[in-house]
Amino acid sequence: MRYNERELLSLSRQPAEKAAEILMRVPKKGSVLKKRLVKLVVNFLFYFRTDEAEPIGALLLEHCRITKEEENVFSISFVEEPERKYCFECDSKEQCQEWIEALKRASYEFMRRSLIFYRNEIQKMTGKDPLEQYGISEEARFQLGTHKQ
Amino acid sequence: MKLNERSLAFYATCDSPADNAGFLYKRGERHTAYHRRWFVLKGNMLFYFEERESREPVGVIVLEGCTVELCDSAEEFAFAIRFGGAKSRTYMLAAESQAAMESWVKSLSRASFDYMRLVVRELEKQLEEMRWGPAGGCGGCRGSPSSWKLKPSGLERSPERPPALPAVLPKENGCAVWNNVPGADQPPDTSGCGGHDSEGNPRPPPLPPRRRASSSEAGSAGVAAAESPSTFNRLHEQYGREVARLRQDWLERQRGPRP
Repeated sequence: MRYNERELLSLSRQPAEKAAEILMRVPKKGSVLKKRLVKLVVNFLFYFRTDEAEPIGALLLEHCRITKEEENVFSISFVEEPERKYCFECDSKEQCQEWIEALKRASYEFMRRSLIFYRNEIQKMTGKDPLEQYGISEEARFQLGTHKQ
Repeated sequence: MKLNERSLAFYATCDSPADNAGFLYKRGERHTAYHRRWFVLKGNMLFYFEERESREPVGVIVLEGCTVELCDSAEEFAFAIRFGGAKSRTYMLAAESQAAMESWVKSLSRASFDYMRLVVRELEKQLEEMRWGPAGGCGGCRGSPSSWKLKPSGLERSPERPPALPAVLPKENGCAVWNNVPGADQPPDTSGCGGHDSEGNPRPPPLPPRRRASSSEAGSAGVAAAESPSTFNRLHEQYGREVARLRQDWLERQRGPRP
């Protein structure tokens, strides 16, 4: 699949929501845990070899499942292939929990659901649609009930 | 750079609704000919397929950081997706009608994650201010905040983090503000509190204690105390200010009107 690599590279250099050196294992036969610089930017998780400027890879965090595995370990898998797991071993259970929380919120779909929820709540409390003043009430992406959870 | 292409292809073709979809003409990189492709916009990803029925996209354009502009082009209904970098490619696209062009330009210019995040934060802030009152003000002031300027899609990056929802949700105090009727939309929840799966069954954000003097506040103060210390301090401070203000008013009334 073609993609705009230059822009993705540029994205990987932007300030991260979260970044840390974590041990990571990709779902490939025979792969082992390796120390990686893992960086969360918008809905992408970039991973770098520790001294390199360019990421080895990027994971788009949509339709994924973040699971707490054993002690200090969490995994990312995607709904269409749930057994194929990217594993991350953190330094502490606090770090592990923080990453799980951050990654669960990191998808565009999560934000969309939050927005729809807040919009609905505000509308219930005030009787007014808070998006009207921005002129975006009719946008497909903000509609209640249009999008599956 | 490796990308989780299989998952991307799944995201593109799965039945989650698209934010926009339709035929567009796309100009090739090296050749100036336009090719008709089926485009699907989901979130900040613009996928394009050879045919509408194709099982996998030919490619994807990550839209983060782009600007969308109308074009002066020989091609009718043309517009461009531009990126900021020095050697960045500009994607030249053309719709099949004026209406389609306008619809695409609108939906593409608001497609970024950053934009979505901005709108979510504004609404979150609005909701917070409705519950707690404007920062530093009294609980009685409930006027809607004056004009909220939403920046256009050329956003500056805000380094601050969104207000985090408390990890532990307090029990409902019976004065339910949130509608918990089954089937009602509930917000996504990321708390680790047991039995919750990441795909469904989200729980609502924590219940704010009722602040109106008219309604019964029995029990709500108790709930407030059960929350985190920072929430309690905040409440304590706000109640304190309100009490001080009421006291001030009362004292002034006692003294009578001043000359």
